[in-house]
Amino acid sequence: MKAIHIKNGHLIDPANHIDAATDIYIQHGKIVGIGSKPDNFKPEQTIDANNLIVCPGLIDLNVRIREPGEVHKASLNSEATAAIQAGITTICCPPDTQPIMDTPSVASMIYHRAQRLGYSRVLLIGAATKDLAGQQLSNMRSLMNHHCIALSNANQPIENTLVERRIMEYAKTFGFTLILKPQDTALTDGGCAHEGAVSTRLGLTGIPEAAETVALAKDLALITGTGCKIHFEGISCARSVFMLDQAIKAKLPITAGTPIHQLHLTELDVDGFNSNCHVYPPLRTTNDKTTLRQGINNGTLSVIYSDHQPHENDAKLSPFPSTEPGISGLDTLLSLTIKLVKDHIISMSTAISCLTAGPAKAMNLPYGSLAVGDIADICIFDPDHYATLTRESMQSAGKNSPFIGWELPAQVTHTLLEGKLVFERDTLKVNL
Amino acid sequence: MYLPSGNPLMKRSSPHQNLQLTPEGKLRHFLTIEGLNKDILTEILDTAEKFTGISEREVKKVPILRGKVITNLFFETSTRTRTTFELAAKRLSADVLNLNISTSATSKGESLLDTLRNLEAMHTDMFVVRHSESGAAHFMAQQVAPHISVINAGDGRHAHPTQAMLDMFTIRRHKQEFEGLRVAIVGDILHSRVARSQIQALNTLGVTEVRIIAPQTLIPADVRSLGVHVYHDLDAGIKDVDVIIMLRLQKERMSNALLPSEQEYFQLFGLTAKRLKNCKDDLIIMHPGPINRGVEIESQVADGKHSVILQQVSFGIAVRMAVMSITLGNQQGVQR
Repeated sequence: MKAIHIKNGHLIDPANHIDAATDIYIQHGKIVGIGSKPDNFKPEQTIDANNLIVCPGLIDLNVRIREPGEVHKASLNSEATAAIQAGITTICCPPDTQPIMDTPSVASMIYHRAQRLGYSRVLLIGAATKDLAGQQLSNMRSLMNHHCIALSNANQPIENTLVERRIMEYAKTFGFTLILKPQDTALTDGGCAHEGAVSTRLGLTGIPEAAETVALAKDLALITGTGCKIHFEGISCARSVFMLDQAIKAKLPITAGTPIHQLHLTELDVDGFNSNCHVYPPLRTTNDKTTLRQGINNGTLSVIYSDHQPHENDAKLSPFPSTEPGISGLDTLLSLTIKLVKDHIISMSTAISCLTAGPAKAMNLPYGSLAVGDIADICIFDPDHYATLTRESMQSAGKNSPFIGWELPAQVTHTLLEGKLVFERDTLKVNL
Repeated sequence: MYLPSGNPLMKRSSPHQNLQLTPEGKLRHFLTIEGLNKDILTEILDTAEKFTGISEREVKKVPILRGKVITNLFFETSTRTRTTFELAAKRLSADVLNLNISTSATSKGESLLDTLRNLEAMHTDMFVVRHSESGAAHFMAQQVAPHISVINAGDGRHAHPTQAMLDMFTIRRHKQEFEGLRVAIVGDILHSRVARSQIQALNTLGVTEVRIIAPQTLIPADVRSLGVHVYHDLDAGIKDVDVIIMLRLQKERMSNALLPSEQEYFQLFGLTAKRLKNCKDDLIIMHPGPINRGVEIESQVADGKHSVILQQVSFGIAVRMAVMSITLGNQQGVQR
């Protein structure tokens, strides 16, 4: 493993409150020096990061790699390669694979395949209930012993409140983190768009705001009783942000995040039956988008993630309600987040934090920080490089993005995983 | 034959351009009333007026669409709409294919797009489509070859524009002008594609007021954004109106906890002769059918002097002839 010197870059490391032009020295996969060269350090490779931002490798808390089970959509190979080119060094896979990741054997299989590939680090989220059916607890302890970092029920709401309470109690026993996506099934009622003016006009079955806030209120009440550590994902409503803000102030052990598309799109983007904007939770109103952005700014929402759901073309080629929901988001996670900075909505430091330190803290991961002694996962990017997103420029196997045609900032130039340069834009090489 | 080259997603039109219009702003597809101006709607009504005479002739045919193939693609069952579309096409001398897909391809697992491509290969010039999902007609219009027109015969809760136009035709026959009219639509607005299209057509044609009357459970969110006044009391809602449009109440609304019972609905929102005591003399009462007598409307009213329900059905043929001839006429010269 080479000793690497990254010079002339602008380091942004929110975990350590660094936002300055600083050199970085890397050896044996770890950071050995920030600013000043350690004694006896002899660089074997030097990266000139002049005019570039150097930050911790990005951590994406929700990435569907579609493997096993749906390799016609994407594969571990295609998505981990796409991730590394997008500066994402850690991806977390939810348990709704086929078969479902509710046993250690499935978790181990995915883990070992990812290890062999050696691109982005792949972390696993185990199923909280068997078959994700929300009835019987999964073997949580065994899953956590077999490479899982947290538990969730993926997109399936846990309908039975008693089961949900038991899951929290059991997870709390061992200090596990649970990921919840607040959704009330009855109120969702088979809907496919935000219940509002657009769904009314298009005759699409609406999903009311209450589908999220009712479930969130229930979850928060159960956390108050059980003390289980929860990360909320899929936050889409203004009212949810206010509820989370109060809960954080009341010192509940929670963190929360929102998918990047919720910070850019609204119900209006669904107009014309745009199936690339078919997502769960649905795109909400402009007011919701504004409040979510405020939530990012004041720290109520500490995680931005891609909610990456790559699809084959056919999945989006039917009438809107029967298209498969989800956006292919790996390629645009950094660019769309930096766009918020360019649009003067959030600071660069907040943007980087939501992609690094925020998710690391939510999942208690030893990444997302570049202090001396930390693991050298690093993303280097040019914040001022603008490019139009096209199907061809997307590296993910899934081309289902409503952002195609957008001119987006931030191009990743180098990605380092555990001190190894795994991607370099100039040579367009994915080094293994 | 038109075959998509490269990636099918790239072939799709931008959602922001008006899919229904040719670059010259003429009607190419008829998917929804939304986005169409008063001139286009008036052209449909005027053309339909010319076609009404044909039904009274001994030879009920004109050769306007001779040699054209029109495919009726019905993914949902329908009697009135399908038969009037078929009659309309036949009176225009087109060849008609009727496909009831609910009993055919899709039940064998074929996708809507594959069904479409196969029928396209049979040199169809126009699809008349009914589908249970909102946006189905838009989707088809995005996918068909440039010379093919798509007519929406009802998609999910979204739109049923030919029904709305035959209702407008009926209103114009009786009232001559749209200006000054107050129209009340009573019943299940939430699930009604007919109501959505009617509201848009009435507002585009310039009526004074559109009212909707229903309990809150049957009214969609932010409905005022469609340009309507909301009433929950039938008597107040129909006061001084010129037109009442009753909507059909589906039986499954009771099991979905939207309403307590048919009896209570009829008591509150059923149109009875008693409620019409103080109505205008020239009030007309319409209903897209099929009627549930004793649920949303009393027989005495459905068959009474204000009712124009059966006229709606016969005007339906002329209006559909108008839409078919206008759209295919605007497609002339388009490369296959």
